[in-house]
Amino acid sequence: MEHKKIILGHGSGAGLTHKLISEVFAQTFKINHLDDACKISDKMVISTDSYVVNPLFFPGGDIGKLSVSGTINDVAMSGARPTFLVAGFIIEEGFEISALQKIVCSMQKTAQQAGVQIIAGDTKVVEKGKGDGIYISTTGVGILGDGDELSVNRIQVGDKLVVNGTLGDHAVAIINARDRLELDPPPMSDCCALNNLVQAMLKSAEVKFLRDLTRGGLATILNEVIENSDVGIIISEELLPIKQSVSAVCGLLGLDPLYLANEGKLVGFVSEDERLLDEMKKHNCARDAAIIGEVTDEVKGVYLRTTVGSLRPLPILNSDPLPRIC
Amino acid sequence: MDLSKYRHPELVSNIVDKLARWKEPVKFMEVCGSHTMAIGQWGLRKLLPDSIKLISGPGCPVCVTPSCVIDALFSLEGVTIATFGDLLHVPGSRGTLADARANGLDVRLVYSSLEALELSKERETIFVGIGFETTIPGIAQTIQIAKKENLSGFSVLPIFKTIPPALDALLSSEEVDIDGLILPGHVSVIIGWKVYSFIPRKYGTSCVVAGFEPLDIMVAIERLINQIETNSPRVDNEYTRVVTPDGNLKAQEFMQQVLQPTDTYWRGLGLIPNSGLKIRDEYARFDAAKKYDITLDFGKNEDNINCRCADVLKGKLTPPQCPLFKTECHPHNPLGPCMVSSEGSCAAYYKYET
Repeated sequence: MEHKKIILGHGSGAGLTHKLISEVFAQTFKINHLDDACKISDKMVISTDSYVVNPLFFPGGDIGKLSVSGTINDVAMSGARPTFLVAGFIIEEGFEISALQKIVCSMQKTAQQAGVQIIAGDTKVVEKGKGDGIYISTTGVGILGDGDELSVNRIQVGDKLVVNGTLGDHAVAIINARDRLELDPPPMSDCCALNNLVQAMLKSAEVKFLRDLTRGGLATILNEVIENSDVGIIISEELLPIKQSVSAVCGLLGLDPLYLANEGKLVGFVSEDERLLDEMKKHNCARDAAIIGEVTDEVKGVYLRTTVGSLRPLPILNSDPLPRIC
Repeated sequence: MDLSKYRHPELVSNIVDKLARWKEPVKFMEVCGSHTMAIGQWGLRKLLPDSIKLISGPGCPVCVTPSCVIDALFSLEGVTIATFGDLLHVPGSRGTLADARANGLDVRLVYSSLEALELSKERETIFVGIGFETTIPGIAQTIQIAKKENLSGFSVLPIFKTIPPALDALLSSEEVDIDGLILPGHVSVIIGWKVYSFIPRKYGTSCVVAGFEPLDIMVAIERLINQIETNSPRVDNEYTRVVTPDGNLKAQEFMQQVLQPTDTYWRGLGLIPNSGLKIRDEYARFDAAKKYDITLDFGKNEDNINCRCADVLKGKLTPPQCPLFKTECHPHNPLGPCMVSSEGSCAAYYKYET
């Protein structure tokens, strides 16, 4: 059944989102190639993102930290060094100014640590009941170094896939906080800026392509990356870094960590280089970095080699992963 | 609990080697949707020889919920609908509950009926009571709490279904051709394994109650083969770490106190006597069907006439043999019950096997 109105699934990052973007936005704006970040000159890229999260403050971060690191990461994945950010705020009438102050301080701290400046912004206030506390939109620009431009076209058979750490942490932290699952200790979001890690990766290995593993998680994003190509991907279950607590919560709720959002994780397509993992692990956000699989011509699409030896497809999902009944 | 021993590659591979020698064609049905998912997730079908076919049974509560339930919820006004997540994408004749939410119906996703009870303290709330014996006791207990605390805003729409009568109906059908059953683990925690004794006795069908890890399922298949080889159909319990002969008596008591058996309609299978549970008269004020005068038109507007889900549920066809599979029927546009939930056999095939 075709949807005549926007449903939440249209914002899931999965199949419905793709359909909406290609049928409504890309067609009208005449954009052929959709990417998180876009080049606006030989040396400059730009990216924009909007942030809505409930709750606004969660273990490991808040909407402020998320709105800065998220856009920094989108810029950084193009290979560029993020430099400046502008921010727009839509605030609901009745929102505590002390909470706003806390969010803004968190934005400033995150930007400073990443070496990025927030240079301009805009504020709108909407009537009580017309917003969910606060929404933040940020736009970032970055500068490309020589030879740093990454492209999906550079991916080839034999490339290794590297991730910088455990998968599914952010989504599980949010589910626990939002739905009051009261897990003890509470799972922490991995929310953080990855630009310094990316620059270190670019210096230590031949990096072909990078993507941050946000909405849709690793499985959806790998499908997007090889969507129009002839190669396939096989990742190995025993190599995947997933916290035992995240895996247990997912088992209980019927969720798959490979489809859950992260806010401080990336996947890199790289030529094998022993130095890379050592260099990555020097960064706090990449202590559990691991090679998880490789690009192959043995299959088309994305597959998981399970720990019991079988090969299971990891298709793109249509909508949000939802908890099951039993 | 450390589950790694139930995922041990070598132990799984030992069974795979033994099963590879089995030549006689057999069909085993995994009754439970969570088994269907586990088999897909672990790619177990690909580890079995061609002689052993696994088919998916009716044990997915969302799949067998008639679409008239969704239609009935569409018509409600001024009341909050609280539901488990996977009901959100089940299509009725006017769309899904996700569509209804976009049109202004207050639909809330909850993890437990107790959350719905909390919501009802602020607003009139209907909890959509779908599920099998696994989830029913908790909902029954919630109704008891609502009565004790006199929470007039809370009610449950009872769409409950029970597994043993459905298996009886399924196996008594002449069209069904099943050599063994992998019986549901979670349901059996509540009802125990002895209740299935009628199956080998009446139908000569082999049965194993199984857990959900790859080794659980492979051991269950090995034991089914063993029962067939020795011609000794019985109910084996592989899931001894949680399933007992009589089950959870306390949970059964909650169900019996609040609910009583009734005939109910299963999407794809039709009306099955005594396979549902309705709310007893003493709890009638918590029965949403009575409170809001909700009539369920079972059987009306159900399935696309070309849909072969009924045959899939009976083990006569595998999902790819249905003409609608992947042509008109997709997870984002499910036409039949087996494509509706991620646990449905067609959806699991779509996701994991094609």
